[in-house]
Amino acid sequence: MPLTEKTPATPATAGTPAIEFKDVEKSFGPTTVLKDLNFTVAPGERVTLIGPSGSGKTTILRLVMTLEDLTDGYIFVDGEPLTFEERDGKRVEMPKKRTREMTTRIGMVFQQFNLFPNMTVLENIIEAPVHVLGKSKAEASTEAKELLERVGLSEKADAHPTRLSGGQQQRVAIARALAMSPEILLLDEVTSALDPELVGDVLGVLRDIAETTDITMLLVTHEMQFARDVSHRVMMFDGGQVLEEGPPDQIFNNPSHERTKSFLSSVL
Amino acid sequence: MTENLTTLLNFLPQLWEGVRVTIILTVVGSLGAVIIALALGLAMTSTHAWLRVPARIIVEFFRGTSLLVQLFWLFYVFPLLGVELDPMICGIGALALNYGAYSAEVVRSSITTVDKGQWEAAIALSLSPSRRMIRVIFPQAWALMIPSLATLLIQLLKGTAVVSFITLQDLTDKITQLRQSTNDTYFAFTVGLIIYFVIAWLIQEFMNFLERRATAALGRRRPNSRTDRREARRLARADAVRKDRSTSRAAADDGGGDGLGTGPESGPASGQGGRL
Ligand SMILES: Nc1ncnc2c1ncn2[C@@H]1O[C@H](COP(=O)(O)OP(=O)(O)OP(=O)(O)O)[C@@H](O)[C@H]1O
Ligand SMILES: [Mg+2]
Repeated sequence: MPLTEKTPATPATAGTPAIEFKDVEKSFGPTTVLKDLNFTVAPGERVTLIGPSGSGKTTILRLVMTLEDLTDGYIFVDGEPLTFEERDGKRVEMPKKRTREMTTRIGMVFQQFNLFPNMTVLENIIEAPVHVLGKSKAEASTEAKELLERVGLSEKADAHPTRLSGGQQQRVAIARALAMSPEILLLDEVTSALDPELVGDVLGVLRDIAETTDITMLLVTHEMQFARDVSHRVMMFDGGQVLEEGPPDQIFNNPSHERTKSFLSSVL
Repeated sequence: MTENLTTLLNFLPQLWEGVRVTIILTVVGSLGAVIIALALGLAMTSTHAWLRVPARIIVEFFRGTSLLVQLFWLFYVFPLLGVELDPMICGIGALALNYGAYSAEVVRSSITTVDKGQWEAAIALSLSPSRRMIRVIFPQAWALMIPSLATLLIQLLKGTAVVSFITLQDLTDKITQLRQSTNDTYFAFTVGLIIYFVIAWLIQEFMNFLERRATAALGRRRPNSRTDRREARRLARADAVRKDRSTSRAAADDGGGDGLGTGPESGPASGQGGRL
């Protein structure tokens, strides 16, 4: 599949990063998945993580969303510690409440959508804006309807998620994440569970968000054309380390590592 | 037989007294059991060991000791410690604790059965732990736990019979009296069976109603929503067509062939068992 040249301009990398991993280590029991991982993502930057299965891409996103405990090291969001901070040379856990305040800046869309089946589409979207951000129901509903319009589902506000197709559910999930006005959006293989004919709609919505907002995005996808079109930077992971990184053109057309080459030829 | 019926008729006010006692024990005992089950069941899913461990111990203790001994303890041992309890309170307390402990396990396992993705989505939206439980997890767990709770509540009804050991004149006690006054064992106990069965049936109907409501809330069917009425009309039309065809063929409608039409009947098995 030939990849067209359409790399967006990279945002300025100076200043405080939106996301910073510092000496991050993550183990599941005896298995160490990430070790001494360091990288930053600039505000407004869109970064795609690629790499073989089991290389830790999902784990990275889940660490940012605080769905996994950090074994060692630190993660900073806008320069502020997320789950652990260094105090008097010691690594101490942040209060849960503070961590939860920090996560309001971060949204995540899952492979399996994970809409709440006990709520209508609209209720799914306004739940957090009303109960976490303290917005009025009326205000949140108005915004939710605008978001539904944006993802092409204004008809479905009162429907139940179980009545929607996978593609529609995923677009609702995107609207739900956007309703929190996140600074950072995490997308983990959001089209992998969809029938091929439904992938286009979801990617269309994401392209629209990428073009019209300055939300920082960290995404894992197998849709290489999409990754190439929307991302400023591609990071190739292997064995819990950044093997190489660079603009999509460079990584896709001219990778410097043999492993990147063989990985790309296996997915393209 | 007519003599028996006359005796029964004269005995009705007394029998009703017994039914009343049994119903009070069942209803209040069930409420108590459900409250205890929720408290202990939730505590057992806590990430805090200081909540989880004591809850687990209490549950195992009350599950592992017999209802009768618990009842005797409340009725005979508490007075020795200087606490006189009304027999009704003892009965309700023992039933609530014993069946509450069993039900706590149902509550716990239903909560852990809810898809992990639901927890994760709730965390990703920064919902507080209590809101996560109240708004997202519990409503889904509730639909799962109702069938097993129904079974336990019917067992609780049957368990109420032990209170006649502590001077309470419940249905079983009255049936024994009826047997003595009619001198007809067969008749008296048949009346007893029928009355217990009717009460159990009412409980089952009520739990089925709760289950229908809970599964409807999960979007399998939501009464009165606009999309649902449209869906219902569509299904009704499809049904009519199918019926037309099947009458000529006299084939039984096996249903469930429609992707969207997952009605409550085809949802999780209602009634006994559940999927725990
Ligand atoms: N909860 C867990 N318990 C134990 N091991 C885990 C757990 N989650 C992930 N792992 C392991 O961590 C490693 C990295 O997993 P991760 O899901 O991050 O990989 P990935 O890069 O997203 O892979 P894929 O492309 O298949 O999604 C794998 O070896 C996996 O087996
Ligand atoms: Mg993954």
